[in-house]
Amino acid sequence: MLHIVVCIKQVPDSREIRIDPKNNTLIRQGVPSIVNFYDMHGLEEALRIKDEQGARITVVTMGPPPAEKGLKECISLGADDAVLVTDRGFAGADTLATSYVVARTIRKIAETWGHVDIVFCGKQTLDGDTGQVGPGVACRLDLEQLTYVNKVEKVDEENRKVRVHRLLEDGIEVVETSMPVLITALKELNKVRRASLPGMIRAARYKPTVWTTADFPDLERAKIGLKGSPTIVAKTWVPEVKAVKTKMITYDSPEAAAAQLADQLLTKDMQTLLDWA
Amino acid sequence: MAKEQSTEQIDPSMPDWSAYRGVLIVVEQREGIAKKVSWQLLGEGKKLAAKLEAPLMALVLGENVAHLAEEAVHYGADRVYLCEAPELRDYRTRPYSRVCLKLIEDAKPEIVLFGATATGRDLAGAIATHLPTGLTADTTQLDVEPHPSRLLLASRPAFSEKMMATILCKQYRPQMATARAGVFQALPKDAARQGEIVRIEATMREEEIDAQVLEFLRETGKLNLEECEIIVAGGRGLGGPDAFGLLAELADALGGVVGASRAAVDAGWISHEHQVGQTGATVRPKLYFAIGISGAVQHTVGMSNADVVVAINRDENAPIFQFAHYGLVGDLFKIVPAITAEFKKRRTLFGIQPPSDKDSLSAAPTESESTATRERSEAK
Repeated sequence: MLHIVVCIKQVPDSREIRIDPKNNTLIRQGVPSIVNFYDMHGLEEALRIKDEQGARITVVTMGPPPAEKGLKECISLGADDAVLVTDRGFAGADTLATSYVVARTIRKIAETWGHVDIVFCGKQTLDGDTGQVGPGVACRLDLEQLTYVNKVEKVDEENRKVRVHRLLEDGIEVVETSMPVLITALKELNKVRRASLPGMIRAARYKPTVWTTADFPDLERAKIGLKGSPTIVAKTWVPEVKAVKTKMITYDSPEAAAAQLADQLLTKDMQTLLDWA
Repeated sequence: MAKEQSTEQIDPSMPDWSAYRGVLIVVEQREGIAKKVSWQLLGEGKKLAAKLEAPLMALVLGENVAHLAEEAVHYGADRVYLCEAPELRDYRTRPYSRVCLKLIEDAKPEIVLFGATATGRDLAGAIATHLPTGLTADTTQLDVEPHPSRLLLASRPAFSEKMMATILCKQYRPQMATARAGVFQALPKDAARQGEIVRIEATMREEEIDAQVLEFLRETGKLNLEECEIIVAGGRGLGGPDAFGLLAELADALGGVVGASRAAVDAGWISHEHQVGQTGATVRPKLYFAIGISGAVQHTVGMSNADVVVAINRDENAPIFQFAHYGLVGDLFKIVPAITAEFKKRRTLFGIQPPSDKDSLSAAPTESESTATRERSEAK
């Protein structure tokens, strides 16, 4: 049976974060935590594959203990197992350090529950927004990577092939590659299901497996957390409004306003732009 | 929050990176046509290289792409590495990253930049992990500290564009970043410009490559806002999907396309591909109409690079007027048709027929439920 690992992250809903206008700092209070919704589309796709051809699904997250809530949400939807990787030593990790720990975790999952065929990640997270952890994990595990996937056309377990559609800026690319493979999910991939009542009951009772650095004896300390993160945030600021000299057009009728605007625009370089000359 | 670290002093315990010099731009292309962002990056890279007193390099890879190496010189590269091979016809992570890694090892650039496109992010993510080094995603401002620190100051929006963050990579080389399309400006193309073109070998045979691109379905009708010169954008002030019809008429008269703010997309009045700003497109048009758009930062980060902005809003205090070169306060349902009529009239005066290609836009919303709305409800 296929073994699918889904990577998720519990994130503050950054769209709900506001700036305190007095001191230009972020107001995080009352900001809800959610499972990064791109990851949920990865889980949904794994569940679809499970529905259609059978699969075992293990969900994994790296984060502080409250991230367990997100794992339980995945269990309620139909994931089989969940792993929380948590340790103070992981704090402050950038994408490079995160991909190191996540890749090691997936390797350990494979050792514990059996060979992994597909890894799903979200296209990017809502808080970090980089889209780099997926490719990073694929690189570290030497998996084929298929990013920006909006359709999983075929998972051929027998021939160990996966065919997907990747949504690019100028079109859709149909790619086939062999398993094991890492796929990053777009929201266009599917529509996320709701939890069933038995699912919720199972989730309520479920205790995720918890791993800390102690469970990874060969983890290199220099590669985790802040220490293992080459990028550092040197400065943050609220962007200032670019000053533009505004000419307000006053008018008696819409027609007069339109004529004034046309006069103004057409005296500039706009004429050539409009290809009228 | 705004904790600042000094980047002035050089730490004696720092590794010696003096062998790493110069700025490298990885050029992205499909079927021999370069993405505009590549030339925009060369324009920005030129400034960084000048400040570092180091060469600006480009890497062109693909099949039958020698002309792009010439073009890269015309757009400012001092030296172009050209890798042509049938294995590189389609973008695939492994063969592309293999060439990049080998070149980075040999040429030792101190900075490597990619377009923040699907391909650029896919490739940069793999390479940065392999090296390993730091990678800053989706930057919108780049600068360098001059010698001796030579640090790349890579700045990007954070927290849904509400803040900017400057990110450094002190301990590793090269320093890598992906950069958004439409943010930086390409240099004017100079066909007389001379530069060095160095051919390099592809390092992977087809038998070693597992991924196969079976098909590419080009979306011809697909709106590419980032490349548009004239955009007529609407927001919440439109009050419903119907008013986008008025905007489409104006866009037609001007030979432009229709854009939208997130509010309009979230409301399901128009599809996500029209969205300018946060999670939408960063645009750099010559002319931008902001109609019924209040001017929240999530929108203005995407459009403030427009050469000329015309704002039309009922509320004279709307923040959008701070970004507009021309402002009209009033009822868009009266003003927009008048502007459309006026431009049609002027066009006739010039004796020019209206543009015939109508496939450039279709403003009518097609989905009753917008993707962004879905995103939102699922996120909760």
